[in-house]
Amino acid sequence: MESLILFGPLFGSIIAGFGWRLIGERGAMWITTGLLFMACAFSWILFLTFDGLTYKVEIFRWIESGTLSTDWAIRMDRLTAIMLIVITTVSALVHLYSFGYMDHDPQWREGEVYKPRFFAYLSFFTFAMLMLVTSDNLVQMFFGWEGVGVASYLLIGFYYRKPSANAAAIKAFVVNRVGDFGFALGIFGLFYLVDSINFDDVFAASPDLAQTQLAFLWTEWNAANLIAFLLFVGAMGKSAQLFLHTWLPDAMEGPTPVSALIHAATMVTAGVFLVCRMSPLMEYAPEATAFITFMGASTAFVAATIGLVQNDIKRVIAYSTMSQLGYMFVAAGVGVYSVAMFHLLTHAFFKAMLFLGAGSVIHAMHHEQDMRNYGALRKRIPYTFWAMMIGTLAITGVGIPLTHIGFAGYLSKDAVIESAWAGTQGGYAFWMLVVAALFTSFYSWRLMFLTFYGEARGDRHTHEHAHESPKVMLIPLGVLALGAIFSGMIWYNSFFGDHASVNRFFGIPAHAAEAAEGHAEVADAGHAEDAVSTTEGAAAHGEEAVADSHAQAAVADDSHAVIGGQAPQGAIYMGAENTVMDDAHHAPVWVKVSPFVAMIIGFAVAYLFYIVNPMLPRRLAESQQPLYQFLLNKWYFDEIYDFVFIRSAKAIGRIFWKRGDGDVIDGSLNGVAMGLVPYITRLAGRAQNGYIFTYAFAMVVGIAVLVTWMTFVGVE
Amino acid sequence: MDNLLSIVTFLPALAALILALFLRGGDKAADRNAKWLSLIATSATFVISLFILAQFDRTNTGFQMVESADWLLGLQYKLGVDGISVLFVMLTTFIMPLVIAASWHIDTRVKEYMIAFLLLETLMLGVFMALDLVLFYLFFEAGLIPMFLIIGIWGGANRIYASFKFFLYTFLGSVLMLVAMVAMATNAGTTDIPTLMLHDFSSETISVLGLPVVGGLQTMMFLAFFASFAVKMPMWPVHTWLPDAHVQAPTAGSVVLASILLKMGGYGFLRFSLPMFPVGADVLTPLVLWMSAIAIVYTSLVALVQEDMKKLIAYSSVAHMGYVTMGIFAGNQQGIDGAIFQMLSHGFISGALFLCVGVIYDRMHTRDIDAYGGLVNRMPAYALIFMFFTMANVGLPGTSGFVGEFLTLMGIFQANTWVAAFATSGVILSAAYALWLYRRVVMGDLIKESLRSITDMTRREKAIFAPLVVMTIWMGVYPAPILDRIGPSVAALVSEYDTALAAAHSATQVAGNAAPAAAEH
Repeated sequence: MESLILFGPLFGSIIAGFGWRLIGERGAMWITTGLLFMACAFSWILFLTFDGLTYKVEIFRWIESGTLSTDWAIRMDRLTAIMLIVITTVSALVHLYSFGYMDHDPQWREGEVYKPRFFAYLSFFTFAMLMLVTSDNLVQMFFGWEGVGVASYLLIGFYYRKPSANAAAIKAFVVNRVGDFGFALGIFGLFYLVDSINFDDVFAASPDLAQTQLAFLWTEWNAANLIAFLLFVGAMGKSAQLFLHTWLPDAMEGPTPVSALIHAATMVTAGVFLVCRMSPLMEYAPEATAFITFMGASTAFVAATIGLVQNDIKRVIAYSTMSQLGYMFVAAGVGVYSVAMFHLLTHAFFKAMLFLGAGSVIHAMHHEQDMRNYGALRKRIPYTFWAMMIGTLAITGVGIPLTHIGFAGYLSKDAVIESAWAGTQGGYAFWMLVVAALFTSFYSWRLMFLTFYGEARGDRHTHEHAHESPKVMLIPLGVLALGAIFSGMIWYNSFFGDHASVNRFFGIPAHAAEAAEGHAEVADAGHAEDAVSTTEGAAAHGEEAVADSHAQAAVADDSHAVIGGQAPQGAIYMGAENTVMDDAHHAPVWVKVSPFVAMIIGFAVAYLFYIVNPMLPRRLAESQQPLYQFLLNKWYFDEIYDFVFIRSAKAIGRIFWKRGDGDVIDGSLNGVAMGLVPYITRLAGRAQNGYIFTYAFAMVVGIAVLVTWMTFVGVE
Repeated sequence: MDNLLSIVTFLPALAALILALFLRGGDKAADRNAKWLSLIATSATFVISLFILAQFDRTNTGFQMVESADWLLGLQYKLGVDGISVLFVMLTTFIMPLVIAASWHIDTRVKEYMIAFLLLETLMLGVFMALDLVLFYLFFEAGLIPMFLIIGIWGGANRIYASFKFFLYTFLGSVLMLVAMVAMATNAGTTDIPTLMLHDFSSETISVLGLPVVGGLQTMMFLAFFASFAVKMPMWPVHTWLPDAHVQAPTAGSVVLASILLKMGGYGFLRFSLPMFPVGADVLTPLVLWMSAIAIVYTSLVALVQEDMKKLIAYSSVAHMGYVTMGIFAGNQQGIDGAIFQMLSHGFISGALFLCVGVIYDRMHTRDIDAYGGLVNRMPAYALIFMFFTMANVGLPGTSGFVGEFLTLMGIFQANTWVAAFATSGVILSAAYALWLYRRVVMGDLIKESLRSITDMTRREKAIFAPLVVMTIWMGVYPAPILDRIGPSVAALVSEYDTALAAAHSATQVAGNAAPAAAEH
C-alpha cells in the first residue's frame, strides 16, 4: 500500500505527460486526479490504522560506495503518516480544483494544450514530496527535496511566456539551492562523523555527536550543533525563512492551485518536517535549536509586517504563509516537535483553503489580483466568501479562550505560542509571535474587508461579470473547510495533550516497563538511572534530569531510548531535560489568553481601517511614508540581494572571463608563444588548410623520433 | 576470444582503413556509404565491447583480459582493463555510434571526416586499455591528431586559432610527460604499467636549483605528468583552450571532446599519478584541491556571463571536471568512486548538451544566446530534452549528475572542509548559469522573426538522445551496478595509496630520528 501511495502519482505523471496524445486531455486529467484520490484514500487508511511503530519497506539499492550505503526505502512512522495525509489530501483536492481553475486559462492561445502538462507537473510534485517524507536516509530525502524544487520551478514558470514567471522560477530554484548548500554540507558532515546517513544510525549516534568536536572551516565546532545548523540552513531555503525567503512571494507567479499545494500546504513545510525528523539530533544541539527559534520568531514577525501593506491578494497570503512557517520553526526550535507538526497539519488545511479561495476570487474577477480593485464581492460569490471567512477565522485563531474549542488555527497557534513562552521563559520568540498574531489578524481581516466588503472598486465591467466558481472548485473548498474547522479539535490531544496520548500517537514507548523489554527492573524513574549508568554509559544525558519529577514518565522512556547506542523509538524524540511541553501546559492564564487578545486587537484595527473609516489607511501611509515604503518594498531584501549577489557575481564573472582568462592566462600563453604565433599566422596565410596536415605530420614524426630515442636510451 | 580487447580497439581503425583504401569517388552515394560503414563499425564495436563487460570479473581488482605480445624494437604490446578503466572503454564505444549518427548532415570531405572519427575511437580506446608506457604514450598523443584535424577542417570560422591553441597547450604538457616517462623507464628498468605501479620511486627530498623538493623524484615526476593531465582535464588555469576548441569544433567533435577526451586526464591521474607517485601526489594534494575548488567557482562565474551557448557549456564542463580532480585527490573511496562516476556521467550529460546546441545550430547557424528565445513554442520535444539535461547538469538527484557530484563532495569533506565548502557553493552557481541559459534560449514568447519557422527535432535526432536519456536516468536511479564494478578496484587503489603514504611517512620519521640535522636540511 505504501508503494501504491508513493508511485501512483509518479505513474500518473508519466502517463499524463507523455501519453496525453493517446488518452486525450480529459483522460490525462482524470488519470492523475484518480490516482491522487486513490493515494489519498490509502493514506487515510494508513494514518487511521497506524499503530505508531516504525517500520520500513525497502525498494532497491541506490548509492553505495565504500562504507556509504543508501537504499531507496520507505520509512513509515507517525511523522510520515501525518505528512502523507497532508500531501495526498491537499494534492488530490488541488487536482480536482484545477479542473475548474485551469479551464480557459487566458494565458494560453486558442487550441494550445496545456492542461496535461499542468497535471503531470502536479503529480510529479506530489511524487517528489512523498519521496521526501517517506525516506529512510538523508540522501533519499535530498532527492525528494530537490525533486520538489524542480517541480516548483516548473510550475512557477508554467506560464513560460511571462518573463516575470520565468524569473520567479529561476529565483525559487537558485535560492533553494543556497539552502541545499547547507543541507548537503550537513549530510557530508554526518557521514564523516557517523559513517552512515541512515536515520537510525544518525539518531543512535546523536548523543555521541554532542560530545564530539568537528573541525570545520576555521575552527572546531560542537558536532551536533554544527550539523543541526547546517541542516537547518537547508530548511530555511525550502521553508522560506528570513534571508532565504525572497523566492516565496515571487513564486506567486505560478497558477493559484500551485500556490495552494506547493507554496502553502506541502513543499514549504518540508523544512519543518526536516527539523522534526531530526529531533533526536536537534535535542542534542541546544545552540542550533536556539538559533532555529530565533530565526522562526524573526521570520514570523518580519513576514507579518510585510503582509500588512501588500495589495496583491496572493502576496498577502504568501507572506502569511512565511509567517506561519516561522511559528512552526519556533515550536520545533523550543523542542515541542509535536506542536510544530500540529500547526503544520492545521495550517495545511486552512492555508490551502485560503489560497484556493483566493483563486476562486481571482477566477471570478477575470484574473485581477489587486485587492484595491475588489470590494463588495460578498454577495456575488457567496460560497467563496464563506470559505474565505472560515479560513480567516482559522488563521487568526478564533476560539473560546481557555478551552479546547475553536477553529484549527486557534488550537495549534496557541499551542505554539504557549510552547514558545515555556521554551524561552517568556522571551524574544514569545513576544514576536504574539505581535505577529496581532498582525496576522489585521492583514487577514484587511484582506476580507477589502475583498468582500465596502464598495466595488476598479473596473466596473469586471465586477458586473464576477461569477461564482464551478462545483469542482467549490467542493475542495468545502472539504478543506471541514479540516480548517475541526482538525484542531480532533487531534489536539494527540499533538499537544498529556504525555500519554502524545507518546501513544507518535509511537514513543509509553511506559518504562513496557519499553524496557529485557530490562524489567526499570519499572520507575528512580531505577532508570541505575539502568542507564550500567549500560555502556551511552545515556549520559538523561541522568541529571531523571530526578525531575515534572516529567517522570518521559524521562524513563528517553533514558531508555539511548541505551546501548540504539536509535530512540518513536517518530519524534524529546530529551530527558525537555519539559517544555509540560511547562507550556502550565503556562499562566495571561500567556494563554494573549494570542486571543492580539487577535481581537488586530480585528478591531482592521475593522476601523477598512469598514468604519476607509480613508484612515491612506492618511497613515502618507504620514508614515518611510515606514510604509519600507514595508511595501519588503524591507528591500530583493534590492539588496540583487546588488550584493547577482550584480557582483556577474561583474566578477566578467572580470574572470575578460581579465583572468583573456588577459592573464591567454596573455601569458601568447607571451610564451610570441615567437611562434607570427610564424604560424604567416604559415596559415600562405598555406591555408595545408599547414594542418604539415603540422600533424610533424607531430607524428616527432612522436616516432621521441619513442625511438626512448626505446634505446630508456630500456637497456 | 583471447584478444577481445584488441578486436574492440582496432575494429574502428580497420573500418577506417577500408574507407581509405576502397571508397572511391566523392558523390552522394559514396558519402552515404562512408556514413553507413562508420555507423555499422562503431555499433559493432559497441556490441563487441559488451562482451568485455560480460567477461569482466568485478571481484578481481587487478588487470583482466590481459593481452601481451612482443612488438617492434623490443617493446611490449600489452592491453588490459580493470575496474577503473573498463567503464571508460564502455563509455567510448557507447558514445561513438551516436556521434556518427549526429554527423549525418556533414557534406564536405565525408570520407576523411569518418576516417578521422574512426581512428580517434581506436586511439581513445587504446589509451584506456594500454598497459605499457610507450603504448599509452602513443595512443595518448596520437589521439590529438584526429581531433586537431576535426577542429581544423570541419570547424567554425576561427578554427585555425582554436586548433593551434588546443595543440599548443596539450603539446607543452606532453613534452614534460615524455621526459618523466623516460626517467621512469630508466629508473625502473621497465615500461610495463602494472610493474611500474608496484615500483617504489624514490621520495627522498632532493634539491633542484638550490631549492629542496619534498617528495623528491616522485614529486618531480608527479608534476611532469600533472602538466599533461591537467591540460587534458582541463584544470584551472590551463583551461582556456577548451572553450575555444569547443566553439570552433563541429558538434560531433565537441561531443567527443567533452564526453571522452577530457576523461583521459582523470584516467591518467588514477592510472599513473596516484599509484605510481603516492608521495608526490600527497605533497601536492593541497595545490590540486585548491585548483579544483577555484576551477569550480571561477569557471561557474565565467559561465554566468557567456553569450555563446557552446562556450557556456564548455565552462560548465571545466567546473564539472573540477569535481573530478577534487574527488580523485580526496584520496578516499567516496571521492574516487565519485570522480569516476562523475566522469562517466559527464560523458553522457555534456555530450547531450553539446548535441542540444547542435540541434539548433544546424537550424539557425548561430550559437549566440541572444539569437534565440521562446523555442518552447515551436520545439516542445527539444525543450523537454534540453530541460532534462540542464537539470542533469546541475546535479539533480535522480540523474547521474547527482551521484558523481555528491560522492566527490562527500569524499572531499573528509579530507578538507574548506575545499568542500568552496566546491559545494558550485551547486548554487551551476543552477544559476544553467537555468538562465535555458530561460534565454527556450522560455519566453517567440518574438524573433527568424525563429518563426524553426522545426522541432526529427526522429533521427530524438533517436540519438534516447540512449543518453536512458543512461542518465538509469545511472541516477540505480547506480549500484556501476559502483559495484568501480568499487573494488578503487578500494585496492586507496588502500595501496594509504599504505605507500604510511610507509613513506614512517621512513621519513626514522630518517628524521636518525639524522635530525639532515632532515632539516
